[in-house]
Amino acid sequence: MRAFTYERASSVEAAAQAAAGNREAKFIAGGTNLLDLMKLEIETPTHLIDVNGLGLDTIEATPDGGLRIGAMVRNTDLASHEVVRRDYGLLSRALLAGASGQLRNKATTSGNLLQRTRCPYFYDTNQPCNKRTPGSGCSAIGGYSRQNAVVGVSDACIATHPSDMAIAMRALDAVVETVKPDGSKRAIPMADFHRLPGDTPHIETVLEQGEFITAVVLPAPIGGKQIYRKVRDRASYAFALISVGAIIQPDGTGRVAVGGVAHKPWRVEAAEAELPKGARATASILLADARPTEQNRFKVDLVERALGAAIAEAKG
Amino acid sequence: MQSPIELEISRRNLIVSSAAAVAVTGVAGKAAAQPAGRAMNLTTKLSFTVNGERRELDVDNRTTLLDALREHLHLTGTKKGCDHGQCGACTVMVDGRRVNSCLSLAVMHDGDQVTTIEGLGEPGNLHPMQAAFVKHDGFQCGYCTPGQICSSIAVIEEIKANIPSHVTGDLTAQAQMTAHEVRERMSGNICRCGAYSNILDAISEVAGIKA
Amino acid sequence: MQFDTPATTNPIDQLKVVGKPIPRIDGQLKTTGRAMYAYEWHDPKLSYAYGYPVGASIAKGRINSMDVSAAKKAPGVIAVVTAPEIGDRKKGKFNTVKLFGGDEVQHYHQAIALVVAETFEQARSAAALIKVSYTEEKGVFDLKEAMKTAVKPDEKQEPDTKAGDFQAAFASAPVTMEETYTTPDQSHAMMEPHASIAAWNGDAVSVWTSSQMIDWWRGDLATFLDVDKEKIHLMSPFIGGGFGGKLFLRVDAVLAVLGAQAAKRPVKVTLPRPLIMNNTTHRPATIQRIRIGAEENGKITAIAHESWSGDQPEGQPETAVNQTRLLYAGANRMTAMRLATLHLPEGNAMRAPGEAPGLMALEIAIDEMAEKLGLDPVEFRIINDTQVDPEKPERPFSHRDLIGCLKLGAEKFGWTGRGKPGARREGNWLIGTGVGAAFRNNMLLPSGARVRLGNDGVVTVETDMTDIGTGSYTIIAQTAAEMMGLGVDKVAVHLGDSRFPVSAGSGGQFGANCSTAGVYAACVKLREAVAQKLGFNSADVAFEDGQVRSGNRSVPLSEAAGSEGLVGEDTIEWGDLDKTHQQSTFGAHFVEVGVDVATGETRIRRMLAVCAAGRILNPITARSQVIGAMTMGAGGALTEELAVDTRRGFFVNHDLAGYEVPVHADIPHQEVIFMDETDPMSSPMKAKGIGELGLCGVSAAIANAIYNATGVRVREYPITLDKLIGGLPDVA
Repeated sequence: MRAFTYERASSVEAAAQAAAGNREAKFIAGGTNLLDLMKLEIETPTHLIDVNGLGLDTIEATPDGGLRIGAMVRNTDLASHEVVRRDYGLLSRALLAGASGQLRNKATTSGNLLQRTRCPYFYDTNQPCNKRTPGSGCSAIGGYSRQNAVVGVSDACIATHPSDMAIAMRALDAVVETVKPDGSKRAIPMADFHRLPGDTPHIETVLEQGEFITAVVLPAPIGGKQIYRKVRDRASYAFALISVGAIIQPDGTGRVAVGGVAHKPWRVEAAEAELPKGARATASILLADARPTEQNRFKVDLVERALGAAIAEAKG
Repeated sequence: MQSPIELEISRRNLIVSSAAAVAVTGVAGKAAAQPAGRAMNLTTKLSFTVNGERRELDVDNRTTLLDALREHLHLTGTKKGCDHGQCGACTVMVDGRRVNSCLSLAVMHDGDQVTTIEGLGEPGNLHPMQAAFVKHDGFQCGYCTPGQICSSIAVIEEIKANIPSHVTGDLTAQAQMTAHEVRERMSGNICRCGAYSNILDAISEVAGIKA
Repeated sequence: MQFDTPATTNPIDQLKVVGKPIPRIDGQLKTTGRAMYAYEWHDPKLSYAYGYPVGASIAKGRINSMDVSAAKKAPGVIAVVTAPEIGDRKKGKFNTVKLFGGDEVQHYHQAIALVVAETFEQARSAAALIKVSYTEEKGVFDLKEAMKTAVKPDEKQEPDTKAGDFQAAFASAPVTMEETYTTPDQSHAMMEPHASIAAWNGDAVSVWTSSQMIDWWRGDLATFLDVDKEKIHLMSPFIGGGFGGKLFLRVDAVLAVLGAQAAKRPVKVTLPRPLIMNNTTHRPATIQRIRIGAEENGKITAIAHESWSGDQPEGQPETAVNQTRLLYAGANRMTAMRLATLHLPEGNAMRAPGEAPGLMALEIAIDEMAEKLGLDPVEFRIINDTQVDPEKPERPFSHRDLIGCLKLGAEKFGWTGRGKPGARREGNWLIGTGVGAAFRNNMLLPSGARVRLGNDGVVTVETDMTDIGTGSYTIIAQTAAEMMGLGVDKVAVHLGDSRFPVSAGSGGQFGANCSTAGVYAACVKLREAVAQKLGFNSADVAFEDGQVRSGNRSVPLSEAAGSEGLVGEDTIEWGDLDKTHQQSTFGAHFVEVGVDVATGETRIRRMLAVCAAGRILNPITARSQVIGAMTMGAGGALTEELAVDTRRGFFVNHDLAGYEVPVHADIPHQEVIFMDETDPMSSPMKAKGIGELGLCGVSAAIANAIYNATGVRVREYPITLDKLIGGLPDVA
């Protein structure tokens, strides 16, 4: 871990400004991923801006019947919130499927969205990785790729986004609210927030330098059976091989977002139109452009099977 | 047991004699303090409460809460198993919540209340959970044990506080104190010796879960 | 004491303390965080420096140059020690690959430097500044490819065994099976990382470390340093798990010693978790071919087991065929091991080396053969039990109750009524049950101890035996208490110190039986000394309730000690009872699994082990050893695999997130039953090993249960869902 200076931000604006002029600055919230990466010198900020004291830790109702979730709301608190449990069960379920109790107590809403991939080559600084060291190559292609992405991949990167929470946020059409260093605000739909790897896998979101997430807003609840099916080798405390976040309405229509398969939460609206026909029809469109490796080809079948199970569960 | 602490003392004497020949150089934490471009330091003063006792430290900003406890305060009951949030051996309570102390900077805990395994009980005066671990042999090598015990106590509180888990059936109902719930919630604490079945028995006894 | 005739009645048979479920005597220290592990020794008068190791970033080649200038100038840095500077050193007896020194890189993450600084943070940061130029060489990393060029290993390993005529018997057998199985590289993944503190005092060095085998480490460290063994004081009173990974000197100790020399300060070194899996040893992968021929009635007539594994040059094979020489009857048999050269990190012992992966294969094969024969797999195993060494029928087992384990286990588990594969379903779960036999040899190593009776009536045991979680502290206290007529509260046990008599150490499930036998021998000496001091006839003296009695005389033990106290010291040594008789331990594992019909996720629902392992010295700690081993076996069956990058030559998933060991949610309530037995051939304790038996056969029992649940037979471990979903019912 490189040496860094440390400050506690006094306001959102001050935080954004402190980061604006310093490309080597990073915000730190829960720290559960950033510190992990700093120890390995995958992240090497020389200045940390502690944003925990900014009061962004509340969950409030919005005028249009949704919820505004402060960026610093801890995963445990979000998953435990009465309204989230009742009206956004998918979000609660996704959060609870992730990490461990200890980590959820620290991890924040915005930090979760900004998690970096768990691709083992990204984590090993001796190995080429375009995401860590642009232009160095992708070791996972042709290497150990069982966990890696099958869709939306590029020749530069087949990493996945590891978040469970983000899958629910994507299915729920959440919107990420930010403040830029100049004080301007914007609202970024989850659909646009994460990027596909393309030729620039090191750029993972549309956030600009110094742009600071203040909240994630959920639209009014849409009801339906909300199911988060995470599939993994061990029963807990493991990243998803794949996960399916589904909201199924009584008439069989619904939404589905899939995790563990792409560089971002994977949702294809055209595929959702097929939901009433079942998992096979839906999955065939959802993963129509899949380019799996030999080692992760199973994910394509697994998505269809897990979605089938989710639909069956929704029908009860 | 006549504890190895006696041995520790005799060994200490042995080592002290070797120390006489060594000039003490530098003081931990200070050496890194070099002015950055901005008028900020690479070290930070902090004051927090550990096991009820006020502690002041001036640490390298990079120091984790875990290393502050182990290397600065010499509270080595909290263990470093992986240093990356992958094992749970470093679990402590901060302001009543369990966290992985390896993935938290000490400087971010100014003013916090930290409870470690040493603050729960001591030989001859065990916390009920510590006693239950001994009774049910909820450990073998003992290295993950402090983390398991801190987590166990927190898990019971979390269920009582109606925090749901991955295996909670009805999210809108009160979370239940069951073996199934405890297993899921304890899963962030790895025990390679494989004492899980016994740990569950220990927690069940304290939590009043029927086998 | 020479143990060369079967044990007769001795003071241990009183079983007032031995055999009792006494909670661990170190339990209060461990549960309160007061047990001090290697990295935690702290003397406020000392100024410790921190060492951070650097591992090679290539798998094979040479270091051209190392630029340490930036690291040396970094804040707080005291010294930088590099492998080329240290140069080639003599390798100890027990390592295959060098630990440190010279410019050759033999495997990924082999240590090449240590940075010593005032703080951990400074050392870690400076270590990242070292720049290395290598000349990379091509290596061999793929066992499937390398097996084609595998050779017969050293004859010491008994690479080829045979009895009768396997080929002919197999060719003529009415029912046969032949299958190939694979087991992956596995990591010990103990919770405490390898860690050491070293402090020099003149030409002598004290090392606090995490070692299973004090004397082996001390000897090999002396060889490395080229100093007299007596100059090294090694201490390892608490060890945060080992499983074989801390049997042999590791680089943390070497680096701490070299770092302390360079820094002229005590230096503490721990291996960073992401370095451990490639820097240290692992259980090597195997490819195993098994052929079995039997009569229609289920009698095995031919059995062959061949295994291929790889290791670094001068390494050893994973002895996966061992159990097949002894477990089942059959007049015509052969085993063979072939060893390929691989340039992956060193393969070496991990809990139940040989038997663990061997039974992962053999006990599936037995299940497959039983199905071919239309026999219940429990019954098939019983039919083929043997009470003699099948290769040498004149050589009996000392005691063997595999049948008892199978029968009792089947009854307690509710084995009867097991359905056909894929027949049982509960909701989304396909349910199946499986059985596997457990088998592990009982090994005997000399073991010494010193017992001291103080005038306070306390008996203090000193031995360099280690407690790696096995319960050594407790069973040694029980042994001394039984021998001296005391309760365990009057016994102090000091372990893991090279100033104490050399013990068997912890490994190969020999630790409990051998180390307590050593304590027994020392106590016999102490009893004689007490009797002599009191002028008693040692033949009819009794030690009870803190008293020494002879005839109508009775003297408190504390008084007998006198002001100076009395000492007994001895080493148990072994005759040829393990040659005239085959000494082994036995068990049966029964498992029920559920397999998710949609996703193929396997979750274990029930586990039962029945073990026949001689006298159980403490049913609490013995049970913990067995459930712990069953848990490790669950990992081996379902998740554990060091993924090899065959291009770059390293284990890719080298941390505890990537290498998935079981968590709480993976493990159900576990039942363990011990057969009530003793084995007088084994030792005066009449005990045998238990620490590894619990791992043997359990993974196969899980594999067999998965087959029973799904009808999908997987022969490549771990049995992950991707290997199952192709054969599961359609759910879409």
